[in-house]
Amino acid sequence: MPAFDVVELPETDHVTAGETAPEFTRPLVGEEFWEDRSLSTVVDGPTLLVFHPMDGAFQATYVYNEIDDRGWADALPVYGVSISSPYEHKDLLAERGDGVRVFSDPSASVVETYGVAHDIDGMEGITEARPAVFLLDADRVVRYAWVGSEHPSFPDYDAVEAAIDDLLQ
Amino acid sequence: MTDPQITLYRLQACPYCERVVRTLDRLGIDYRSRYVEPMHSERNVVKRVSGARSVPALVDRETGVTMSESANIVEYLEGTYGNEGAGA
Repeated sequence: MPAFDVVELPETDHVTAGETAPEFTRPLVGEEFWEDRSLSTVVDGPTLLVFHPMDGAFQATYVYNEIDDRGWADALPVYGVSISSPYEHKDLLAERGDGVRVFSDPSASVVETYGVAHDIDGMEGITEARPAVFLLDADRVVRYAWVGSEHPSFPDYDAVEAAIDDLLQ
Repeated sequence: MTDPQITLYRLQACPYCERVVRTLDRLGIDYRSRYVEPMHSERNVVKRVSGARSVPALVDRETGVTMSESANIVEYLEGTYGNEGAGA
């Protein structure tokens, strides 16, 4: 069996459970249009915020496939965040992520504020998001947080779903 | 925070849309800016609100007015929210 080295990502001081999710304003992309929206104006109940690698990367594709399979967007509002442009988000949402809307953060400054940045090797000048999941309550307080520490990595979907079920009860 | 009463559907770098934006800014009107699909055939949201797929399209919930065509929109905004309109 060939050796398979998982890349460990550096430790990061990310947003954790109990903190208020930092406010930001970015273009929010749906299937039909995009407009500047702030996080505080879209959160009015339990909300799932999912940071993911740039659109088109297999990690992003797999995360959306899982969100669709589990029907999370039917249970609560789900918002993605990646460094991809609104045009790329529209293409992504045409294929998957039914009911999901995605913030566009090309400068990665929201990504950095949340402590989920990844300076990707071999793509000079690109800082993107690690996979990360934050479950927020109506007051924007983080009730569950998971941030990828390896490359690649995927959320513990069952744990996220359990946290969603707890919050929605 | 109250939502703006006016929504503008626009296309990136569309001169006719920018003309409407300049008018909105000049009149100090708060508005929601929605960018839409460049492909004309896929602009269904604009078709639903205005009956046509052309941009700019403006929806004014205050007056119940929905319109297309930048010249018409500029005339409407100036007539409704400009000093010319108030003084006429």
